[in-house]
Amino acid sequence: MAAKKAKKTAAKKAAATRSKPRRQAQTAPLPSLDPLLASREMILVAGSGGVGKTTVAAALGLAAVQRQPGRVLVLTVDPARRLATALGIESFGNTPHRIPTEAFEEAGVTIRGELHVAMLDTKAGWDELIRRHAPDAATREAVLENPLYENITGRFVHSHDYLAMEQLHDLHATGEYDLVIVDTPPSRNALTILDAPRRMADFFGSRLLRWLTVPYRSRLFTFASKPFYQVADRVLGSRFLQDIADFFVLFQKMESGFIKRAKEVEALLVDPRTAFVVVSTLETAPAHEARFLAESLEERKMAVGAIVANRVLPADLASTEASAAARDLGERTGSDGVSDVADAVATVTGDDAATVDRVLHQMATRFDDLAMVAAREADRRKELAALATTTVSVPWLHGDIHDLNGLASLACYLRGVPDGADSKQ
Amino acid sequence: MAHLLDLDLVFVTGKGGVGKTTTAAALASVAAVRGQRVLVCEMDAKGALATAFEVGALEFEPTEVAPGLHAMSMNTEDSLREYLRLFVKIPLIGRLGLLASTFDFVADAAPGVKEILAVGKLCWEVKERNYDLVVVDAEASGHVVSQIGAPRVIADLVQVGLVRDQTQWMLDILEDPQRTGVVVVTTPEEMPVTESIELLTRLRAETGSHPAAVIANRVLPAIFDRAEQPVARHIGDAVPELVAAVGPGAGAVVEAASIIESRRAIGAEHLGRLRTAVAEMDPSGSTGEVSTPLPIVTVSELFSRAHGHRVVTLVAEALDEELG
Repeated sequence: MAAKKAKKTAAKKAAATRSKPRRQAQTAPLPSLDPLLASREMILVAGSGGVGKTTVAAALGLAAVQRQPGRVLVLTVDPARRLATALGIESFGNTPHRIPTEAFEEAGVTIRGELHVAMLDTKAGWDELIRRHAPDAATREAVLENPLYENITGRFVHSHDYLAMEQLHDLHATGEYDLVIVDTPPSRNALTILDAPRRMADFFGSRLLRWLTVPYRSRLFTFASKPFYQVADRVLGSRFLQDIADFFVLFQKMESGFIKRAKEVEALLVDPRTAFVVVSTLETAPAHEARFLAESLEERKMAVGAIVANRVLPADLASTEASAAARDLGERTGSDGVSDVADAVATVTGDDAATVDRVLHQMATRFDDLAMVAAREADRRKELAALATTTVSVPWLHGDIHDLNGLASLACYLRGVPDGADSKQ
Repeated sequence: MAHLLDLDLVFVTGKGGVGKTTTAAALASVAAVRGQRVLVCEMDAKGALATAFEVGALEFEPTEVAPGLHAMSMNTEDSLREYLRLFVKIPLIGRLGLLASTFDFVADAAPGVKEILAVGKLCWEVKERNYDLVVVDAEASGHVVSQIGAPRVIADLVQVGLVRDQTQWMLDILEDPQRTGVVVVTTPEEMPVTESIELLTRLRAETGSHPAAVIANRVLPAIFDRAEQPVARHIGDAVPELVAAVGPGAGAVVEAASIIESRRAIGAEHLGRLRTAVAEMDPSGSTGEVSTPLPIVTVSELFSRAHGHRVVTLVAEALDEELG
């Protein structure tokens, strides 16, 4: 614990010495997501895997209720366990629940609205869809109990993606929330999310589904499909094909409901009340994917509300001032004996001067590693900033975020009030 | 530990963003440099493998990207075409366009069909001994189980037919720990480590394939030894003195060290969690044979580069050393 505290103090001190660039930045207000959170009713948080989407989605929810009264819901997909525990969503699953006011009070976080959270449960979500669209109890039970059901729903239309959209639609339609924020599922190709509703509609409207579901006998006599059937029969076995066909016959009964719904969901994505927040780190691959995603959103007339550059290094690591200091420090330390710099530092810290000398030398030598990364990040940041009107940078916050305090720090950066974050830490 | 490269078929997987493709490319490079004839295959057709080798788009037909190193991109339609030619012996090539797109649709819907065409192709290359080693840049941890487990699913679901008949020889290859192994790539971070542990458990339970190694990628080497660590933390108190000595940039230098140290410490915690979990797993897996515990190979963070062939080369060098 003491070590942790010391680390934090060190970080703070270090931050304090950087006050110069920070003050400069504050002459112009920092970019903020406040206007977006106030003006939209649905926000989809997208980006490649591992960039901190879930945490940013949760922090966006907190940011919204910090500033404005009202009910905000965050729908997460796969939160880290500790974050899920902190939000109390482990045991609630699909059902939204409100984070109790006491939890915020305990954490010393002031809020004006209500923050609700829910976790996306794909299996339960699909079961719900089937229940809703099934014309009768017999169809419903037959589908739910079909051995292919789970396998097929898990694959054929990127069901995670579709379900996230579907739930967004439903939750928004309940009229219970002022803002619904959805953490989209990790997907290597982000476009599958955007195209999920259309694929769903296409699937049910397809000729193949019709063909698959015509009775076995008449299928044999359809000239066009005969060669396919022969091959498919030999390769897969007619029994398996029949199983598939049986399943789709059941599914087809729900066709109109599914298509109608998929179209509504699709319309929601281009609705002016909806915006995307694209999250990325400033590493090459995620940034590349973020750019691709932002451009694709634009093509589809979907709004890129903002870009969040997450876990970025302090920009002054790439400054010439810093590398000059590192070079100087490296040259003055690390030889036999104790340098005057080490002596001066050791007087303050009360540590052994020879060890201080070694430590300073290491710091200076290893500085270039991170400075190089910071320089690369600066390039990526420029590229990303060109993609949206608002780009917010969130520094790497010394560790994984897994409590309301951590989320509050993150929320401060998202709102463009990092001083609030400093006092939070 | 050279064992990994003695396998015939290696699936490389892990959470998205941990360096799966780079690791697969590096592993294949190491084997090729050591004189093996290697095939490396990208399963998701996203083009990351081509980027890793800095070559143009890869196709189903392998391209030699380095001496002895052949790279391909999996494509279900081509795989089906080859399959029909090899097994069904129906000369349908001309008409296959429409047929394949229709088949593609069924394959999309029917569990395991698409996967078995892909995995079947890889197993075929192994069976025919066309290569000494086949390295697969497989699906991410969420999907790899259904990929590798496809032959089992098919064997369970499909009662008769050619596909069913052919699952057995694939299973013989996939479930033999001397021939097939799964490499799980992770970074020392919370979610990747958690997913890796879950995946290792699922692999054992839901496929017959055996984990061969865990590769912890982007591990930060310690800057300070144990005695130096507390001293380093105190340096933050003396920033004004440092600024006086070496100029206003000193604060950033101290901060950089604090960031690296803090990241390293958190990473070490997660690596520790991984090590504990791996040690607790029954090394013998489902076979009951006595074998060595699952090795955890670490690859250091490369600050100098983050992308492309240069990174593959650097990771390959690190792996070459680690694998011994």
